[in-house]
Amino acid sequence: MNALLEDGTIDQETAVEQFLRMDRLPHIWCPGCGIGTAMRSTIEALLEMNIPQEDLAVVSGIGCTARTAGYLKLDSFHTTHGRAIPFATGLKLANPKLNVFVFSGDGDLFAIGGNHLIHAARRNMDIKVICVNNFIYGMTGGQVGCTTPTHSKTSTSPYGNYEPPFNLPFLAAAAGAVYVARWTTYHVRQIKRSVQEAFSKRGFCFVEVISPCPTVYGSRNGFPTGLDMMKYFKANSQTLAGADPRDVGIELGGKIKVGKFVDAERPTFQNMLSEMWGDIGLQENRMVEAE
Amino acid sequence: MSKERGVLTGEHFVNGDWACAEGALAAGCRFFAGYPITPATEIAERMSKRLPEVGGVFIQMEDEIASMSAILGGSWGGVKSMTSTSGPGFSLMMENFGLGLMTETPCVVVNVQRGGPSTGLPTLVGQADMMQARWGSHGDYEVIALAPQSPQECFDLTIEAFNLSETFRMPVLVMSDEVVGHMTEKVTIPRLADIRLVERRKPTVPKESYKPFQPTEDLVPEMCNAGEGYFIHVTGLTHNEKGYPVITAEAQEKLVRRLVDKVRVNVDRIIKLEERFVDDADVIVVSYGISARTAKSAVAMARAKGLRVGFLRLITAWPFPEKQILELAHRVEAFVVPEINFGQMAREVERCAAGHALTVPVTHAGGDIHHPEKVLSVIESTLKLRVKRQVPALSAQ
Amino acid sequence: MSRTEIRVSGFGGQGIILSGYIIGKAAAIYDKKNATMTQAYGPESRGGACAAQVVISEQEIDDPEVSSPQVLVAMSQEAYTTFASKVSDECTVLIDEDLVDPTAISKVRPQTFSIPAVRLAEEMGKKVVANIIMLGFFAGKTGVVSREAMEQAIVSSVPPRFAELNRKAFERGYDISQQAQ
Repeated sequence: MNALLEDGTIDQETAVEQFLRMDRLPHIWCPGCGIGTAMRSTIEALLEMNIPQEDLAVVSGIGCTARTAGYLKLDSFHTTHGRAIPFATGLKLANPKLNVFVFSGDGDLFAIGGNHLIHAARRNMDIKVICVNNFIYGMTGGQVGCTTPTHSKTSTSPYGNYEPPFNLPFLAAAAGAVYVARWTTYHVRQIKRSVQEAFSKRGFCFVEVISPCPTVYGSRNGFPTGLDMMKYFKANSQTLAGADPRDVGIELGGKIKVGKFVDAERPTFQNMLSEMWGDIGLQENRMVEAE
Repeated sequence: MSKERGVLTGEHFVNGDWACAEGALAAGCRFFAGYPITPATEIAERMSKRLPEVGGVFIQMEDEIASMSAILGGSWGGVKSMTSTSGPGFSLMMENFGLGLMTETPCVVVNVQRGGPSTGLPTLVGQADMMQARWGSHGDYEVIALAPQSPQECFDLTIEAFNLSETFRMPVLVMSDEVVGHMTEKVTIPRLADIRLVERRKPTVPKESYKPFQPTEDLVPEMCNAGEGYFIHVTGLTHNEKGYPVITAEAQEKLVRRLVDKVRVNVDRIIKLEERFVDDADVIVVSYGISARTAKSAVAMARAKGLRVGFLRLITAWPFPEKQILELAHRVEAFVVPEINFGQMAREVERCAAGHALTVPVTHAGGDIHHPEKVLSVIESTLKLRVKRQVPALSAQ
Repeated sequence: MSRTEIRVSGFGGQGIILSGYIIGKAAAIYDKKNATMTQAYGPESRGGACAAQVVISEQEIDDPEVSSPQVLVAMSQEAYTTFASKVSDECTVLIDEDLVDPTAISKVRPQTFSIPAVRLAEEMGKKVVANIIMLGFFAGKTGVVSREAMEQAIVSSVPPRFAELNRKAFERGYDISQQAQ
């Protein structure tokens, strides 16, 4: 398969397929789920950036979104619940030429893995984190999570969630992320652009993608289909570029503030290391191909 | 250049933790992720000083879960990687230790054992994590664990742990303890050329046909690194040879049986023991780590009294030397097993002796090492039992 | 039996652990014997009583514990009272006479020798070398490690710019050990 057509244009579908493990399809995601949309926007972003495919590595934890690692035709690592970021940290430090990104869900990255996320952000580790936030633990059947809006009904908050959710951009920004953006799966072009911006920067970059989960979140909270949720995203998203991240929290059925909230410069972990030690010789220490 | 600086050839008067770090460096370890914990902290401290000198990276992670995860990432990045910890941190590492086993990721984990359970005795010795080393992560698997008895062995066995981890493509444990880790003795570091090093078995097939979990003859798959264009998928889910998840009993049988067999069929390449005076022994003292040293004193005292007592030291604690214990069980009356716990490895000795010889644990709750006199008294009382003469049926079995 | 057990004791900050380390290093690296040093760790060892144990032997050392020392160094009253009352009559006991009153225990061991290590160190302008003066005294009085080995172990264990000072401190202690007492 070649994405370059006879008339010189690119066949987008073929190009996208080069980034997919076609032998693993169909995927496991439900009809109306937004994870595939987030994945596709990410692939399109990477395609346009022309980063050699072998220089990319994706790491995920556990959950519906984390399954993305298994569909991307990259060096892909599907690790344990919550631990994608420290795994990615090790991978990046061992092979600094790799563009390492984490593609995982809100529960994985912010509940069980929350500690790792804030510390990677604090260090300004040069990894990109794409977080699909569907407000729920999808794979286990719809339990309340740390992003579930207050009053939402879930299988473990049958009377309505009585906890406040995390505001993910605020948390990532406060911990030190140098790039923070949020979009919904309605904003496919914007996701693509944000992913490209994140990959163009050095340091810890965070892109949140609000996604429908009609099966176990929407169905219990007034959005029975994916289309219902997309309509809600379309009608209620407010683009507020540069908004103070502390003001972008989400309420059940409320407005969703989207946009790029942080785009800053700060030395990365790698910068600090090489400032002290020069270009450390990990490349020469890697166990190279057998002759 | 950095390889030579990694090997401090010469004689040093240093503690076990220091030696462990230098062993790792000599083995080519260039990535360390860890979290401070007594009595393993000195390993991290030494690595933080030394790794930048040899072009490696040290990172202090936010906890032991992250440390274990990071070294798996480091290993797939193509760099020999290690972490070190003690009891509480070892518990935290267990889940991702299992990920390392499932994804066949070479790396080394050092546990400088202290007294437990829980926070227990941070500054005092224990050997009660031996069963956790064997079974601490969920699921069924085999592990390799080495038990150094001295700073010299901390150096030697850490190198051996790296070699085994690359040979069998799996995490390998160094089960040190507080006394060995903190005791200072002479450590001789050979020249780089005189150190046997095993490097990663890289793919020998074309990229298109490479499968990261396809076993070679000895059941161990070849391993590529990330970034080499193989586009591998690595998952903790049950997977096929290509690495793709397959959630069936058949895939589980194929994968997990191979992971277990990978160690079981290769036990003779793995297991190392030290034997003394076993040929004429009526009783054999079986021990490991720091307990083996005081046990050896006790055996020497027994021999001086004319008692026919032998000594067997488990340099390799896991896989357990089942064959060797069974064979000895046919020849001796009893095994005496001193260890700083309530009989963890003694239980293994008893299992493998299969009723052919008695097993007498010498227990200790932790906080101190066994005194040779105590071990000697158990040897003497065991000899008095004369098990096989009293119960002929037992020895006839 | 060639096994010699040594306990060096005092309080935190006196360089007790370093002294034990240097004795062990002298024996293991420079006298080519075997030596094992152990010490107490953790917050308990960062202040108050402090001790290092060294075992030296021509043979392989299996048991690292010091149970009946042939040499006890006590640099504080508390350490002396704790340990000197438990040693045998054959044990050589070395004390700093300004810090330790040997009569504080019911039976002063016959082989008890004293040196004003801290005072001598102060005379040299560096109180911190008191432990090295004591090591010189130790080498001369016990012969457990050779003079040359101890000197080499000291020089290789202190920062190079303090090597000369420490060597002099060692010699001071050694010289005094050779004077009749």
